[in-house]
Amino acid sequence: MRKLLFNSMIRAPLTEAAPRADDAALAELAAALERVARRRLGRSLAIREVDAGSCNGCELEIHALNNAFYDLERFGIRFVASPRHADVLLVTGPVTKNMREALVRTHAATPDPKWVVAVGDCAIDGGAFAGSYAIEGGVSAVIPVDLHLRGCPPRPEQLIRGLLALLEKNARSE
Amino acid sequence: MSTLLDLVSQCQATGQHHPWPRVAVDATTWQFVAEQLAAGRWSLLGLWGGNAAVHAAVLDSDAIAVLSYDCKDGGFPSLSRHHAPALRLERAIRDLFGLEPRGIEDPRPWLDHGRWGSGAPLLDNSGARARGRPYRFLPAEGESLHEIPVGPVHAGIIEPGHFRFNANGETIVRLEARLGYVHKGIERLMVGCDLGHAAILAGRCSGDSTVAYALAFARAAEAALGIDAPARAHWLRALMAELERLANHLGDIGAICNDAAFALMHTHCGILRERVLRAADACFGHRLMRDQVVPGGVVADIDDRGEHTIRALLVEIRRRFPSLVELYDNTASLQDRTVGTGVLKHELAQQYAAGGYVGRASGRSFDARRTPGYPPYGDLEFATPVLHEGDVNARVWIRIREVEQSLTIVEQVLGRLPSGAIRTDLPRRGGEGMALIEGFRGDILAWVSLAQDATVLRCHLRDPSWFQWPLLEAAIEGNIVADFPLCNKSFNCSYSGHDL
Repeated sequence: MRKLLFNSMIRAPLTEAAPRADDAALAELAAALERVARRRLGRSLAIREVDAGSCNGCELEIHALNNAFYDLERFGIRFVASPRHADVLLVTGPVTKNMREALVRTHAATPDPKWVVAVGDCAIDGGAFAGSYAIEGGVSAVIPVDLHLRGCPPRPEQLIRGLLALLEKNARSE
Repeated sequence: MSTLLDLVSQCQATGQHHPWPRVAVDATTWQFVAEQLAAGRWSLLGLWGGNAAVHAAVLDSDAIAVLSYDCKDGGFPSLSRHHAPALRLERAIRDLFGLEPRGIEDPRPWLDHGRWGSGAPLLDNSGARARGRPYRFLPAEGESLHEIPVGPVHAGIIEPGHFRFNANGETIVRLEARLGYVHKGIERLMVGCDLGHAAILAGRCSGDSTVAYALAFARAAEAALGIDAPARAHWLRALMAELERLANHLGDIGAICNDAAFALMHTHCGILRERVLRAADACFGHRLMRDQVVPGGVVADIDDRGEHTIRALLVEIRRRFPSLVELYDNTASLQDRTVGTGVLKHELAQQYAAGGYVGRASGRSFDARRTPGYPPYGDLEFATPVLHEGDVNARVWIRIREVEQSLTIVEQVLGRLPSGAIRTDLPRRGGEGMALIEGFRGDILAWVSLAQDATVLRCHLRDPSWFQWPLLEAAIEGNIVADFPLCNKSFNCSYSGHDL
């Protein structure tokens, strides 16, 4: 273990800020997100993730935000265990009828001010599951949504981009 | 004693069902099947409903058959009365088709939470009323027991389900899961779809197994149509399936350690997982390789650059992974959490025909890549690791060994990838087909019945989790509440794949 830890100290970090051409957008995005997050929320944004019927693909990519390459926490953005600690609900899935009540209650338990981000194509309008007897047909059919992020699932850099857009929108509306 | 093949030869074959036979059975034979299952001579691979019929897929050593019971009077004799693994499947059949499993010992609904607006949604012209009523969890009785309800919204970034613990102090006396929260009605949506659209739905049953599901559906559809994908497509499918297995196992190994509060493994395994996803993205244009496997073949081919990317990935994992394995093996505080925790007995794994690392960590060696087998695995050399301890540690080690095996499979595939077409045209005709595919968490069963214009009449997809969720409840008994996340992650059952 000491060897691994030691190597981690002397190796360059994997976290991507490297200005290679195809990575430049992400690096630029990262810097901008950091500035806005600090201005709005004093270095901190707490996210509660709610799976409202996703296939778990979105969850995999949301998990990826915490890996060494994306390292979401460097921006002061972190995932929390309770809606009561959250500023943002990140909701995935077409909202199944069996999850509707749980989503509504989670939303009610999140203190104001709060934002809801619907993640993934099926969270927008049901996506591939549209028309099913078992779904509500998107997050906005159940709770008010501030931002929709497309993708099946969205890539991690798209998710970061989306969080930035949310912050900018709210900064402008003040 | 009668074998499954004897039984099949005595019954009337139905329709054009490939590659295994489907036969109609009467009540006496159905009872005989229940007895064979209960005696452990045969294994239940799946049990699903249709309009006025139920179908059971059964495995007898290496023989497979589908046995269909005609529900003339709106019901069928319960198999679960004799063979417990059928229980939740029967409850689901009743919820979706309104067919009554006669003699079933658990009258509660399963997927139907009383919120769909109608009952039996998969039945044509159902008109049945919603069954909404309070759900009673199984009781636990004794002195100073307390109940802990958890979910459906959990503390982490995971899928929703409800867990009801009965605990004595810290020790779990009984755990019961309630699932169905992510039921999306996929099987109903598939009815009437063309194969392209149905494949998209199949690939969204469980996102972490999108390749395996798409492959299972594609092979079932190809069997129904009586066609075969081109040789190169078989090998590319195996390449994708093994990359998917690698990504999931690497993620799981880290996540299990993380649930024992050992974040260092999680971080390093997360890096390797991300590298697999990026290589998949570079080769196939999607990090999870979604919608890449289709009936008739695959969508994207790889070129020299793609091959180079994957070879570089193999080098990187082989360079980094051994020191992580050593770290896992040599960290006493971590081993203290995983060794002897959440033991699943061999008998239960066998009874439930548990697939994947859950079965293999408890001495059940079944691997769908070998039995029944599908190309190109017959041409590949790989081992199926088996352990007997059945604890969290064994489930971690199975994953470690499978990572190593998948690396050698990917290497073999790259070295022997045949040239030629990657996709073949689909004929428009009817038929029935079934496939059994080894996903990362176990065998996925796909069954499809096609109309004459090759649209879907009925499709059933059975996740390996159906036979693993109940075992988690058995394995957790006597463990402490704080070890539940660890045990749960070591099983890593799919909610979405189960709920459909």
